[in-house]
Amino acid sequence: MERIDIHPTHAYGNFKLRLGRPQPFGASIVPGGVNFSIFSSYATSCTLVLFKKHAKEPLAEIPFPDEFRIGNVYCMVVFELDYEDLEYGYRMAGPNNFQLGHWFDPSKILLDPYAKIIGGRDVWGTPPDWDDCYHHRGRIAFDDFDWGSDRALEIPPEDQIIYEMHVRSFTRHDSSRIKENHRGTFAGIRDKIPYLRELGVNAVELMPVYEFDEFENSRPNPQTEETLYNYWGYSTVGFFAPKAGYAATGKFGMQVDELKNLVKELHKNGIEVILDVVFNHTAEGNERGPTISFRGIDNKTYYMMTPEGYYFNFSGCGNTLNCNNPIVRNIVLDCLRYWAAEYHIDGFRFDLASILGRDPLGYPLANPPLLESLAFDPILARCKLIAEAWDAGGLYQVGSFPAYGRWAEWNGKYRDGIRKFLKGDGTVGAMAQCLQGSPDLYEWSGRAPATSINFITAHDGFTLMDLVSYNHKHNEANGENDNDGSNDNDSWNCGWEGATDDVGINALRRRQIKNAIAMLMVSQGVPMLLMGDEFGRTQNGNNNTYCHDNELSWLDWSLQSQNADILEFVKHTIAFRHAHPVLRNSWHFQNRDYVGSGYADITWHGTKAWQADWSATNRAIAFMLCGKHAKGGTVEDNYIYVAMNMHWQTLWFEIPRLPTSMHWHIFANTGAAIPSYAPSTEPPLDRESGLLVGDRSVVILVGK
Amino acid sequence: MDITIKSLGEIQIVELVGDIDASTAPEITKQVSDLVKPHSRLLLDMTQVPYMSSAGLRTLLSLYRQITTKEGKMVLVGLNEELIDTMSVTGFLDFFISKSSQEEGLASLA
Repeated sequence: MERIDIHPTHAYGNFKLRLGRPQPFGASIVPGGVNFSIFSSYATSCTLVLFKKHAKEPLAEIPFPDEFRIGNVYCMVVFELDYEDLEYGYRMAGPNNFQLGHWFDPSKILLDPYAKIIGGRDVWGTPPDWDDCYHHRGRIAFDDFDWGSDRALEIPPEDQIIYEMHVRSFTRHDSSRIKENHRGTFAGIRDKIPYLRELGVNAVELMPVYEFDEFENSRPNPQTEETLYNYWGYSTVGFFAPKAGYAATGKFGMQVDELKNLVKELHKNGIEVILDVVFNHTAEGNERGPTISFRGIDNKTYYMMTPEGYYFNFSGCGNTLNCNNPIVRNIVLDCLRYWAAEYHIDGFRFDLASILGRDPLGYPLANPPLLESLAFDPILARCKLIAEAWDAGGLYQVGSFPAYGRWAEWNGKYRDGIRKFLKGDGTVGAMAQCLQGSPDLYEWSGRAPATSINFITAHDGFTLMDLVSYNHKHNEANGENDNDGSNDNDSWNCGWEGATDDVGINALRRRQIKNAIAMLMVSQGVPMLLMGDEFGRTQNGNNNTYCHDNELSWLDWSLQSQNADILEFVKHTIAFRHAHPVLRNSWHFQNRDYVGSGYADITWHGTKAWQADWSATNRAIAFMLCGKHAKGGTVEDNYIYVAMNMHWQTLWFEIPRLPTSMHWHIFANTGAAIPSYAPSTEPPLDRESGLLVGDRSVVILVGK
Repeated sequence: MDITIKSLGEIQIVELVGDIDASTAPEITKQVSDLVKPHSRLLLDMTQVPYMSSAGLRTLLSLYRQITTKEGKMVLVGLNEELIDTMSVTGFLDFFISKSSQEEGLASLA
């Protein structure tokens, strides 16, 4: 039987209309037409504006009849639309009063905050028509992708190895040797799945893929006249739409299918997808920024405003999303649910997440409703939630982010602890915490080691090669007089600032890189590797390449052969981590023997076995993991011994004795001619009483 | 959009000429859906289809689903290189048997 709501009840010009449904918000395909639904707390009227795709002038403007407003929601079905060739926006009328925070202006055409596809920047880097009356144009998505039997992988968090990447940087360089039209796109990542598998990572974390405007604040580089872009994209235009310019098929408007297919293919290969999401601010900037969407729809609802009508700026980017307003909270929740359900996304990393815990006047909340809603949401229940647990307004919550048993954290203290120890500052006490999944930060509140996302480098800051090649940042190319980017890098150039022909310095740098990777891969928690660190990617000392669409940012794949030794070491240590559950415990060490093996789960050693030196100036430490305590004693593993000598002199380490019948084998020695072996091919150690560990070297033994 | 339907034994050959998009897809759906019977075998000749939009790709996938539900078989023939690329990166290609010529297509349905 035919439903009666497939028939129009109203007409406007040639358009046939009917009262729509308020939910879902956004534009949805319904029998016979499209349901448009948008809300505003303060608007007095709303008009739907339709364009034929790419047209300069609207095709039609249809005011919502009064009876099509339900509460504060304008909802209407428009029948017989050629919705594949359609773009839509809204005009909103209402109060315009700066001090009261109202910015209504019906002369502006506004993007639907719930738009699932956004046109206007279809091909990366194509200069926009600045006179266009409507820049970022809502389009209608099919949302009918055929997933077959795919679903989120649900890899236990402690078993993850995350690879942080920028979609365009990963394959844009010609040396990626993929099809030209795939370079710098989702399709390009798909082409490189065999590489990711070989590397051994099982999660990719994509820097922002929500639609953004690479031309936001674009300007010529004062040195080279080359255009500087909003390259990283930490500035969202639409939270529900993938970046069109990241899709090889963006010019056909098929970015939704291309990204979904990438997720499906990554899943087939055992690789999860984590999205870096930016809910702390939007692309509309401060009082001088453009009106794209939120500002013209419900400014006062979406943004944190000072009593004088200015934008609070806890993000450092001009405005702050009013995350604990109930309406904004819902849109964030709707958004994440959409990505989890519709795109099968495995997890989210929240940029400047501490902002999500502030109230509308900016005060940190003890029990932030948004963070709680996300933690307990049934659709997000198995998604990884990862907080960048600080913001630009001075809130620093590493170790204290409101977690509800769900939230993991980018562990900034891990990064600092490892870097200091690596460059020889001593700090063995802090280092010991890092290696154990930071129990000092998390155990007291009942949070697991996998709460700690362990990273030494990330997109913010030096690459690993630059961390061992520069004492200071070199950001002149950003055109901000070297004022941008962090000054606290805890880096050490090994004796010369920047590239050098000095054989000794270069050898030391390579060793330091391997030392860092070794420390990362034997730490409890979740290791995260920055794209390209596995083969020595450099940004020439620039620690903030947010604006560079060029070789500073792009991954140069030819470094694979130049730095083959680093790549092999990374592959080996990743494989070693996968092979040894004792490195991936789901709960903290107890420092005691609770399985009757005769050894505590973890024991600490120094140059003398069983005697760790915790003094402030000591630079040498070793630890042993008892294989019988792997995963809390539930699985059996080998014993593992790790000696780290960050002293400038070679030291003799006495090695703890294994149970009889077992022998030490050498998996890695960053100071040796063969720095690592493929797991399970490790040769036995000649002399089991001890070994020389070279200056600034790490040794990893496996007892079996 | 021109649609020519021929029969060769038990195999239906559908030759399509023109772009497949939201405006032409309904006609294809209408005409080709009629051919879908239990165990039917269908060859879609795409040699003269320069472009398929998102709606066009969905039309093909929808036909594929109808046919496989009825335990039939469908093959695409003569897709141009750009279409193959678009279908590959968006995942649509995974569902279809794609051959370069009618002869190969017929062989795969035999």
